[in-house]
Amino acid sequence: MNPDLLLDNAGLFGRAILVTLGLLAASLLAGGALALPLAVLRNSRRPWISGTIWCFTYIIRGTPLLVQLFVVYYGLAQFEGVRASLLWPALKSAWVCAVLAMAINTCAYTTEMIAGAIRALPTGEIEAAHAIGMSAWQRLHRVILPLALRRSIPAYSNEAVMMLHGTSLASVVTLVDITGAARDVNSRYYLPFESFLTAAVLYLSITFVLLAGFRRAEKRWLAPLKARA
Amino acid sequence: MDPIIASYLPSLFMGTTITLSVALVSLAIASVLGLAGAMARLSSVAWIRRVATAYTTIVRGVPDLVLMLLLYFGGQRALNAILAACCPGTTVDLDPFIAGTLTIGFVYGAYLGETFRGAYLAIPSGQVEAARACGMRETQVFRRVTGPLMLRHALPALSNNWLVMLKSTAIISVIGLPDLMQRASQAAGATRQPFVFYALAALVYLAITTVSELVLRALQSRLRTSALEVHL
Repeated sequence: MNPDLLLDNAGLFGRAILVTLGLLAASLLAGGALALPLAVLRNSRRPWISGTIWCFTYIIRGTPLLVQLFVVYYGLAQFEGVRASLLWPALKSAWVCAVLAMAINTCAYTTEMIAGAIRALPTGEIEAAHAIGMSAWQRLHRVILPLALRRSIPAYSNEAVMMLHGTSLASVVTLVDITGAARDVNSRYYLPFESFLTAAVLYLSITFVLLAGFRRAEKRWLAPLKARA
Repeated sequence: MDPIIASYLPSLFMGTTITLSVALVSLAIASVLGLAGAMARLSSVAWIRRVATAYTTIVRGVPDLVLMLLLYFGGQRALNAILAACCPGTTVDLDPFIAGTLTIGFVYGAYLGETFRGAYLAIPSGQVEAARACGMRETQVFRRVTGPLMLRHALPALSNNWLVMLKSTAIISVIGLPDLMQRASQAAGATRQPFVFYALAALVYLAITTVSELVLRALQSRLRTSALEVHL
């Protein structure tokens, strides 16, 4: 082990941590925001609505994230129409493509997760909302979503950790995230243990912080629900 | 079909067989590690339990790509350092297939360990006691009673892990194994039709996961009914 090397590259790893956290936050926020309405519609009584969303989640859940990333990053550029469009300056950027691919990926898993939580809600709570005369919209945002989201916290913490691991693929499309920085250092000095063990420790620490955060969220929002039941 | 695309189909097919063999070899490694991990987690010796817990914690906290790069580049360096010490002048290249399957097996071994542990704890203790009362030896108890029962309890989670593992084999292409992903990249670069070939690769992965899911679901319902008959 060579501690000087790590000190020399502290700035590189510091920036890399920010890139990883930025990728994670952006894709979780975008994917999660899109997953909310999709999860509600996934339980629609109209088969063409729920079926279309099932189709989307099935395709995304059945293919590797790496393939999805390559379809977005390399694949879209094949089309003249995409390259001529106003979105091209954004789609040329590896960061935008990585966030897009990861947001779509996490959106599919989160949609199924929340949709499952909605289906599993105790019918009594929804009947009670009906009985006191709430409209469909009121039932949704006062009863169904708050209860379903709280019950999804434990499963969502797994999804967030999986996405953290997923961000490491961004290094394959030239982004210098934690994995990218480690690959950089390794190829410059040929010191695989120093560089990749550093990356591993950084990821492990971020995972612990994430899990601690989710445990607090569970205590705050999920535990009271259980106590009452 | 476009003749240029068609000319790459044999290569994609070869890549698919490599992807499948990576997944199957990784599954075998993961099953062995998973059984060992489950036994270690259930052990009465404290330090063995602690080693097993550290194993699952590390695997859950570190991306599989990082572990793979560590094993591939680190393993190569370590191997060459050993070689340089014992027989100077020789060097060796670590095979990406070996490094890749070992990593994926190591990662999913941790998840399977949790699965097997849960499955073992779900076995009613009367079953084991009855087997012992019949005079079976410990190996016979495992082979005839706890092993089959564990498999039945573990099958749903095992199926799920298989699907996740199958998809994560795609990262092996990063260390240069000519799997489905790598072949799609080659074709995409040569023909300048990246969308077509990556979409094709996605379709192949989707087909494999769909077939796996159907087979595993059939297997699950089969085992479930026979389990019911035993209880009745």
